Amino acid sequence: MDILWSELIPGGAHFSGVVRRGTTLRVTAQEAGANASIVLYNYEQLTERYNMADTLKGQHTAFITRHHVLYSDMGRALCSVTDDTCGWHDPVCGVSNAALVEEKYGTASYQEHRNDYYRNGADSLVNELEKYGMGLRDLDPPLNLFSKVTVDDTGNMRFHENHAAAGARIALRFEMHCLVAISTCQHPLDPARTYAPRAVLLECLPTPLPAADDPARTLCPENARAFVNTERMFPSLAGGVEHAA
Amino acid sequence: MSILESPRSPASAGFRQVVPAGEPFVHQLTAGQCFRILDLEGNQAVDTLFYSAADPDERYSAVDTIRAQGNIYLTAGSRLLSNKGNALLTIVADTCGRHDTLGGACSAESNTVRYALEKRHMHSCRDSFLLALAGLDNGMGKRDLSSNINFFMNVPVTPEGQLTFEDGISAAGRYVEMRAETDVLVLISNCPQLNNPCNAYNPTPVEVLVWDTENG
Repeated sequence: MDILWSELIPGGAHFSGVVRRGTTLRVTAQEAGANASIVLYNYEQLTERYNMADTLKGQHTAFITRHHVLYSDMGRALCSVTDDTCGWHDPVCGVSNAALVEEKYGTASYQEHRNDYYRNGADSLVNELEKYGMGLRDLDPPLNLFSKVTVDDTGNMRFHENHAAAGARIALRFEMHCLVAISTCQHPLDPARTYAPRAVLLECLPTPLPAADDPARTLCPENARAFVNTERMFPSLAGGVEHAA
Repeated sequence: MSILESPRSPASAGFRQVVPAGEPFVHQLTAGQCFRILDLEGNQAVDTLFYSAADPDERYSAVDTIRAQGNIYLTAGSRLLSNKGNALLTIVADTCGRHDTLGGACSAESNTVRYALEKRHMHSCRDSFLLALAGLDNGMGKRDLSSNINFFMNVPVTPEGQLTFEDGISAAGRYVEMRAETDVLVLISNCPQLNNPCNAYNPTPVEVLVWDTENG
């Protein structure tokens, strides 16, 4: 399939860009233990955004994998996971901040280390959001691609080291035009005591609109309704799918 | 799950207000004040957000809070952290045992997804939050609504990663109490959800109490 564009995001870097309905963003870990924290906004109305809680409760899940849908706070399907080779992406842990990075890794300033200076997830994402008139108040819990955190029966959380192997990939098929911001800083629960964020590769591919029997749409009745809400925004692009709304 | 009773007596509270089901509640706490939410009839969801009174961009962060304590449930001892990593409040008493902070708040839009498209027109927490913020007339609005706490709600996550909504573990007379670590704006929606068995399909009132100091 033709790749519309691709970009290598180095470890510890941050990125933002628009991914349109009808395209897929494929993210590939370049090394074991990669983490890519992603937040998503409706590019036509930036106050509409990926909502962790609505996504989880709509699909009765505390992790994201193949055929899950990322919901906006307005009840719409932003994107669907159409491919996933690592089975678990973490939505509940947030990102690192400056204090956490200093506590775990110490300091490495730009003055001494040039572009190898230590970044943190929160400032990285705020940095991207500021480019679109947004800021810290617009930063909601991200999805941490390639990271796995489970809980035991009493709610205690456990980070799974090197959950994603080199070459692990996830494909997000976009159902709406979205602004995405990504930070490749280490996961905040990564127990490694060295600052070693890993690169990911972004590739954007053209994709057909989801059919009536699309496995993300049919995963659960909640997803089917989220697709109806999305497709009402794109009535002429609904792909001929009939809705019993 | 730990139960810790409060030494403070309702009779000595400097502020008491009943919040009916389906109503928002806004209140500013000063550092050092203790703040109780009392489940009057049992298993009521109290959707709650906190902001730094000095700078509302700094607000309660569900993910920072649970990550820092290494546990997804809130109970006595939990420090409720902001998106800047500062403690806004600390839970100092809890007779329910644990509280949810992953399930979020209901909205007209999420009702269409979770229950049925025609449920859009039922009252929701998001609507209460939005109208309460509009009433503050301070520039706060939808962008300030992030993941909230659902006091008294039981939303277990299994080791396999399933998120389930279980029957409540609260009861009439159970409460949770917090000490403000800084000046805090409290925003509550006493949940009007009629589609969820968590509250036995019956939203009920809660009472809010405030003491000026930890000593009552």
